[in-house]
Amino acid sequence: MDDQNQNSEQALKAETQAPDFTLPSGPDEKVSLSDYRGQPVILAFYPADWSPVCGDQMAFYNEVRPEFERFNAVLLGLSVDGVWCHRAYREQRNLHFPLLSDFEPKGEVARKYGVYRDGEGVTERALFVIDGEGRIAWSYVSPMEVNPGADGILNALESLSGKEVANVDESNRRESQTQSASR
Amino acid sequence: MSTRATGARARLSLPVGKRDHILGPEDAPVTLVEYGDYECPYCGAAHSILKEVQRVMGDSVRFVFRHFPLTQIHPHAEAAAEAAESAGAQDRFWEMHDVLYQNQQMLDARHLVTFAEQLRLDTDRFARDLLDHVHHDRVREDFTSGVRSGVNGTPAFFINGWRYDGSWEFSPLLKALESASVDAAASP
Repeated sequence: MDDQNQNSEQALKAETQAPDFTLPSGPDEKVSLSDYRGQPVILAFYPADWSPVCGDQMAFYNEVRPEFERFNAVLLGLSVDGVWCHRAYREQRNLHFPLLSDFEPKGEVARKYGVYRDGEGVTERALFVIDGEGRIAWSYVSPMEVNPGADGILNALESLSGKEVANVDESNRRESQTQSASR
Repeated sequence: MSTRATGARARLSLPVGKRDHILGPEDAPVTLVEYGDYECPYCGAAHSILKEVQRVMGDSVRFVFRHFPLTQIHPHAEAAAEAAESAGAQDRFWEMHDVLYQNQQMLDARHLVTFAEQLRLDTDRFARDLLDHVHHDRVREDFTSGVRSGVNGTPAFFINGWRYDGSWEFSPLLKALESASVDAAASP
C-alpha cells in the first residue's frame, strides 16, 4: 500500500517471537496464546465492536473461517472492548470464534505487539499470523477504515504449511476430504 | 509466494474462463467481474446500475458474475446462489439471476421454486438440485476464488483482472470501464 500507515512501523514484524498473553474471552473464560502451540494462530486486532455491518471485518472473517480451518489455524479477534460488549456483539453477529478483551490494563497486549493508538485509546486494525512455535510469520497494519480482507492471511498460512493451493478444484477437493475426515 | 501485501491493488486470482457465467462477447475490450450475494441490498442496488452500464456500453463490455454469499448474515444467500446455478444447469442462469435480484425479500425455498416455475424450468430437477445441494461446491469455488482475490465484502468488482475500489454508482463506474477500454486499445 502506498499510503503506508505511519503507525505500522512499530508493529512487530515477521521472525519475531510473539509475546505470550492471557486475556478473557468471556465473563468466565480466559485464553492464552500458548494454548495453541503447534498450530497457526491468526490475531486480528480491530478498533471496536459494532462498526457498520456490511464493511465489518469480523463478520467477514466469520464467513471465511472454513478457509482458515483448512490450514488448522485458530482465529482470535482482539479489541479493547470489555467482555460483556464482546458477548453482545458476538451474539448479534453470530460470530463463531473468540473475541478477546484487551481491557485491563487497557491495550496492554496491543502495546506489546506495537499496535496501540495512544491518542484514541483503541488498537490498530492489525493482523498477525503466528506459527506453531509461537513466532510471527507475517504481520500487516491496515488503514483504520479499510477491511483488509483475508488474502494476506491465507498467503501467509499457505507459505507456513508449504502447501501450494494450485487451483480452486484442488483446494475444494481438499476441503471435502477434510470435512469427511472430521465426521 | 507473492510479496504483495494485503491492501495492495488486488488481482483476480481465478481468470475468467469456461466455468463462468458470461454476458457479452469474448473479444470485448473490457471484462467486468462481480462477486455478489443475492440477499445483499447493495448488490441489489448495483444490479440495476449494471444493467444500465451494459445497455450503454453494448458489445464493448463483457460481464461475469461469481457468487459470494455471506451466509452468516444472509440466511437465504446460499440457497439463492445454488438456485441460480440450478437454473444455469438448464441454461437459464441470467434469467434466474435477474429474478433473484428483483425479489430480494423473497428468497425462501417456496419462492425459489415459484421462480423456477415462472421461468418454465424443470421444477422437479430444480427442487432436487436445491435439496441435494448439487451446486454447493460450485458456489464455494466462486467464494474461495473471491477470498483469494482480496474480496472483503459485496459487491466487489474487478475490471480487466484488477480490483476496482472506486464508486459503483453509474457515472463513476461507466467512466472507469470506458477508461479501461481505452487502455486495452492502447496496449493490445
